Amino acid sequence: MLAKRIIPCLDVKDGQTVKGVNFVQLRRAGDPVEMGEAYSCAGADELVYLDITASSDGRRTFTELVREIAAHISIPFTVGGGINDIHDIERLLNAGADKASVNSAAIRNPELINDIAHNFGSQMCVLAIDAHLEDDGRWRCYVNGGRKATDRELLEWALEGQERGAGEILFTSMDHDGVKQGYANEALAMLSDRLDIPVIASGGAGTMEHFRDAFIKGHADAALAASVFHFGEIAIPDLKHYLAGEGITVR
Amino acid sequence: MEVAIVKYNAGNVVSVVNALKRVGVDPVLTDDEKVLRGADRVIFPGVGEASTTMAYLREHRLDSLIISLKRPVLGICIGMQLMCRHSEEGDVDCLGIFDTDVRRFPQAMLEEGSRLKVPQMGWNTIHHLRGPLFDASTEGKYVYYVHGYYAERCGQTVAESDYGLRYSAALQKDNFYAVQFHPEKSALVGEEILRRFIDM
Repeated sequence: MLAKRIIPCLDVKDGQTVKGVNFVQLRRAGDPVEMGEAYSCAGADELVYLDITASSDGRRTFTELVREIAAHISIPFTVGGGINDIHDIERLLNAGADKASVNSAAIRNPELINDIAHNFGSQMCVLAIDAHLEDDGRWRCYVNGGRKATDRELLEWALEGQERGAGEILFTSMDHDGVKQGYANEALAMLSDRLDIPVIASGGAGTMEHFRDAFIKGHADAALAASVFHFGEIAIPDLKHYLAGEGITVR
Repeated sequence: MEVAIVKYNAGNVVSVVNALKRVGVDPVLTDDEKVLRGADRVIFPGVGEASTTMAYLREHRLDSLIISLKRPVLGICIGMQLMCRHSEEGDVDCLGIFDTDVRRFPQAMLEEGSRLKVPQMGWNTIHHLRGPLFDASTEGKYVYYVHGYYAERCGQTVAESDYGLRYSAALQKDNFYAVQFHPEKSALVGEEILRRFIDM
C-alpha cells in the first residue's frame, strides 16, 4: 500500500540553510547536504530545498549545491525558488534534482507548466500554490512569496495546473503557515478529492496530531513541514511511529 | 567491472549515475553498439513516454541491440515497460522480452475508502520476491515509485506491489532483469538492489 509521505523543507540562502537543525549535531552547521542526509537517515520520504537567494551569484551557488545533494542523497528531492523559465528548470534537473516546483512564474506564464511536462515529464513538475482565505470564503492565490494577490482561485488554478501537466500540487495556506495550529484541512480535502494528482499539505504543522489530521481530514498524500523538524520539536521516527499507531500507512 | 547505461531520449539519468557511484561503480552513458555489447552490465533506464521512446529505439536500432545482449541487463521504470510485449501508453508494441503487457492504472480506484491517485507517486512495499536482485530481508520493504502504467503479473514476475491491484514490481527472464520502481531513489533498499545486480 502506498505510504503517506513526510517531507522536510529546507530554506537555502547563498548555499547555506537559514534555519537551524537541533535534532542532530552537525559537523558544519547549516550545511544543506549534511542536513538532507540526516533527514534521509531519520526516515524522511522526500526533501524540498527552496532557494531564497536573491542574487544571480547565489543561484549559481544553488545549482552547485543541487549537484552535491544529488550525489549524496538517495531519496527524491524537489527544488524550488527563483525558477523563472524552462532554462532554470533544465539547469536544476541536469544538476540532479528529481522535481522542480514552480509558483509565481507559473501564474505569470501558465504555459511554463506545459513546457516542463512536455520536455521533462509531469512527474518533474510540482505546482506550488500559496493561497489565503478571503472574507467571502474564496481561496485567493498569491505570488512573490505571498506579497502580491492575483485573480486566481485555488481550486480553479490547481485544476488548470493538473490539466496543463503538473504532477503534484503543493498547497500552502498562508493563513496557517507559521502559526502551528494545524494544516488547512478543509481546503486540502476539497483539493485532494477533486484532483487526480497528489496533493502535498504545507503550512501549519505544530504537533504530530496536525500531520494525522492532514492525512485523515485533509486527505493529503504528503505533508511538508520545516521548523518543527529543524528545531527538533518533532523527530521523524517518532512521528512515523505515532502515525502508524493512528492507522496511517507510513514507510 | 564495466557498467554501461543505454543513452537514448529517456530523460534524466543523473540520479542513476549518482546511485551507481554511491555503490562504487563509475558507469558510462552510451549508445555505441560495441561499448554496450562489451559491457559487463547494462542499465536501461527511463523516464518518458512509451511510444516516443520506442520510436527512438527503433530508429537508432537500439531495440534489436538490447534484445541481443547476453550479459545482465537491468531495465528501470519505463525501461522495464519497454521490455514488455505491448504498452497502452501510445498503444505501442515494445521489445517483447517479458511475456506481459503494460496497462494504465484505472482512474477512481479505491483503497480503504480513499481514492488512489494516478500516477502512483511515492513509497510502496514489494512482496513475493524471487531471484538474485532480492534477499529475504528485502521482503515487504518500501521502494520509490512514479508511474501511471503497470506491467501485469506473469510467470516472470519476481516481485509484486499493490496499488488498487497487484502488478509486477520486478521481472526477470534469463539475463534480463527489470524493476518498475526507482532503485536509484529508494534509499538503502534501492542501493542494495543495485549492488546485487552489479555483484551477481
